[in-house]
Amino acid sequence: MKEFSYYPGCSLDGTAREYDESIRGVCEILEVQLRELDDWTCCGASSAHCTDGHLAIELALRNLALAEKGGGELLVPCVACYSRFKVAEKEIREHAEEWETAYQGKVRIRYALDFFCEDSLIDLVREKVVTPLSGLKVACYYGCLSVRPPDITRVKDYEDPEHMDRLMGILGAEPLPWSYKTDCCGASLVMTRTDIVRKLSHGLLDMAREAEADCLVTGCTMCQSNLDTRQEEIGKEFGKKYDLPVFYFTELMGLAMGHRDVKRWFARHLTDPMRLLSAKGLMK
Amino acid sequence: MGVKGIKIEGHAAATDPSFLDLVAQEGGENLLACYQCQKCSAGCPVAYAMDILPNQVIRMVQFGLRERVLTSNTIWICASCYTCSVRCPNDIDIAKTMDVLRHIALKSGVKLAERDIPIFHSVFLDSIKSKGRIHELGLIWQYKAKTRDFMKDAALGWKMFRKGKIKLLPSKFGGGKEIRGIFSRYGKGK
Repeated sequence: MKEFSYYPGCSLDGTAREYDESIRGVCEILEVQLRELDDWTCCGASSAHCTDGHLAIELALRNLALAEKGGGELLVPCVACYSRFKVAEKEIREHAEEWETAYQGKVRIRYALDFFCEDSLIDLVREKVVTPLSGLKVACYYGCLSVRPPDITRVKDYEDPEHMDRLMGILGAEPLPWSYKTDCCGASLVMTRTDIVRKLSHGLLDMAREAEADCLVTGCTMCQSNLDTRQEEIGKEFGKKYDLPVFYFTELMGLAMGHRDVKRWFARHLTDPMRLLSAKGLMK
Repeated sequence: MGVKGIKIEGHAAATDPSFLDLVAQEGGENLLACYQCQKCSAGCPVAYAMDILPNQVIRMVQFGLRERVLTSNTIWICASCYTCSVRCPNDIDIAKTMDVLRHIALKSGVKLAERDIPIFHSVFLDSIKSKGRIHELGLIWQYKAKTRDFMKDAALGWKMFRKGKIKLLPSKFGGGKEIRGIFSRYGKGK
């Protein structure tokens, strides 16, 4: 059994609860043991890097130092946290002398999507699939920070990534080609300039629908929340009606691998996925 | 005075030749490499909401149009999606430069073009400072208290609460002392 330090981050304790629950669920099936970091604190997210460069790095470093004490690798489900950690890691790699920190740069920081898409794990996933997601047409939505900037993420095909599509294919779903895989949903502007988030998310929902997707799949808490919770409001503004469930990729992994709690995860969505999954014969 | 006036948008604008150096130094980017191909603005998903486009920001920084850049809404509207940075043929990290411009704007005390975005960031950081983690409901309340917009998203909030997505109380943990230490150094800048 492989063991990893786990940094859930703030949203997974609230709006993105089903992401936390499904990651833990999937790891249980794949026999990956997660040890939540004791006493973790917020990574600083968008607000720290928008306010003060020094503060942003220090808030991330505190958590990396904690993970280093635990040894080994750190699994990070939230792409915003992941991005902040990787930026801090780069800073330490390049300018270690400028920082007073216990962190020595020894933690291998893993973003959950990249982690589950790796060859060694993907083979295990293939073995564990009990309910192939046949007939489910998915638009894989990577968003921004899971792929950009590539000197941080190390994703080579950052304009047209394929790794989540491959994972969905292994689960038996049908990943569709579409052009908006890495377009921005407006992210943290949701609280302050909701109009921008509605406009960008409207574009994404429209393009997913044009690609004839049944649903969207993502590994970002902001993307999931922006796209899932505001479909009614976006529909009203643009005179349309949307009913496109937005899954975390780990939820679909759990569904295909027969996790007992999937219904509980799906019950947290505002755009109810149960009707779609029943129509496809994937849920009773 | 060392300040020359140039005409921009029909107004005489003050230029500050040291501004380019300041921005370039803080961000470590070679802003003079920009040759105005406008790829950054063409790919920017939020350009439509900006008062000056990303390529214009870079140009204005080169010209030392400090005030115009720091009082633009562009630096706040930028969603840090990094599309511009990855497409720049001259390897300028434009998104990172937007961060630097925000830092300078906040420190310099100019009148900011967006009201709510900087308020949100400050409430967010206050929340980390006092609790170490973000408790979403607490954050939203504090933000609403500052912006006086209590009704926005109230119905949505209720729906999310019913789905179990809103946690009423923050989680308990330590870490506070270290976080206070980090915040006491905050402002040293880099």
